[in-house]
Amino acid sequence: MLDFSWLPDALTVLASGVATTMGLIVVVTVLGTVLSIAGAAARRSRSKGLRRAVGAYVELVRNTPFLVQLFFIFFGLPGLGIRLNAVTAAILAMTLNMTAYGIEVVRAGLEAVPKGQGEGGAALGLSRTRVFLSVVLPQALRVIFPALSSQIIIILLESAVVSQIAVRDLTYEADLLQSRTFRPFETYLVVTGLYLGLATAMRRGMEAGAHRWIFRGR
Amino acid sequence: MDEFSTSDIVINLLLAARWTLALTLVAFLGGGVVGLLILAARIDPRPWLARSANGYIGLFQGTPLLLQLFLVFFGLPLLGLQIEPWMAASFGLTFYASAYLAEIWRGGVEALPKGQWEAARALGLPRSACLRLVVLPQALRMTLPPAVGFLVQLVKATAVTSIIGYAELMRTANAINNATFEPFTVYGMVAAIYFALCFPLTAYARRLEAGGQHRFGR
Repeated sequence: MLDFSWLPDALTVLASGVATTMGLIVVVTVLGTVLSIAGAAARRSRSKGLRRAVGAYVELVRNTPFLVQLFFIFFGLPGLGIRLNAVTAAILAMTLNMTAYGIEVVRAGLEAVPKGQGEGGAALGLSRTRVFLSVVLPQALRVIFPALSSQIIIILLESAVVSQIAVRDLTYEADLLQSRTFRPFETYLVVTGLYLGLATAMRRGMEAGAHRWIFRGR
Repeated sequence: MDEFSTSDIVINLLLAARWTLALTLVAFLGGGVVGLLILAARIDPRPWLARSANGYIGLFQGTPLLLQLFLVFFGLPLLGLQIEPWMAASFGLTFYASAYLAEIWRGGVEALPKGQWEAARALGLPRSACLRLVVLPQALRMTLPPAVGFLVQLVKATAVTSIIGYAELMRTANAINNATFEPFTVYGMVAAIYFALCFPLTAYARRLEAGGQHRFGR
């Protein structure tokens, strides 16, 4: 009953979809991680206005669906004269989303570092920035890494909806394939399996990386 | 073409939000029932049963919700079932919710001191009664904050069902946007409605969490 005879011809298309999806994830992971650290630092800043603004952004993003954020950015922002192509809109929406969750993750990690560590750094005459980057952050990473890597997997799974603004990701290629093969179930089954494989591989990869670089000597 | 005033847009979006709520409720209740079964299987002493439940949870937590919905939508007709978008949305989200709820509750069951099981067994209760009368009531109460947090995730997840054609808030917004060409207003309002649904739940979950930490002295 199930028919997979279309699969050999579809391999290059599927590979291209996987490449686009993974490309998005890599870019968003880098941008999102940097911005999460910056955002968490802003939440600890001495400026009340800055702390409030970051807090409002986090609440806004966490309490609305990703699909709505994506459509607002892609279809809504041109109303303000901000016109983005689909890939840029997808990267922006995914980064904003990941950062909103990432800020809380990084903040929890920073709070787990004993205060004396920062004070010790300051007593050595290091600047505030230096203390943050060289003393507090490296220790916080041990708490941050596991939660942040789950967040990256969640973004991978959420990214399937960027197909709806015609980003040629894995799901978009599946949509095109099934309209040609008339085998929607089989097509989506294969692609679901690919996502599961990507998620599993990424989780294993990040765990291995963490053991090598972050939890070294423990 | 019909003329839409801003108040027409608001009224139609609010009416559509009822379907978002209905779907959330169905998926949460259905997911709760299925989730309890998955939980029971997950903590069963028989390894094959526990492993199957673990696989079920991993499958739903490791693949995109959009693909899960596609598989239900295109898969059930292969079994000879006539299916409407609302049915596919309800089934898809029920399975999705069951996996997450089972995993949340498992956390509660495992956090419970072993003595609870042992004392219940010592009273001569069979395993199923221990679970039902002693372990579950405590585990469910302990995991109320993450369960409410998941409810927020579920409200947001319903937006994805717009893609398979279920006329909830997001799909109605797309239709209104196609008629009015005012994406900035329409998607802005949609975001506001989702926020109004989600934020109180988020705040409630946070209060429960703070209260719980206080009570358990963690």
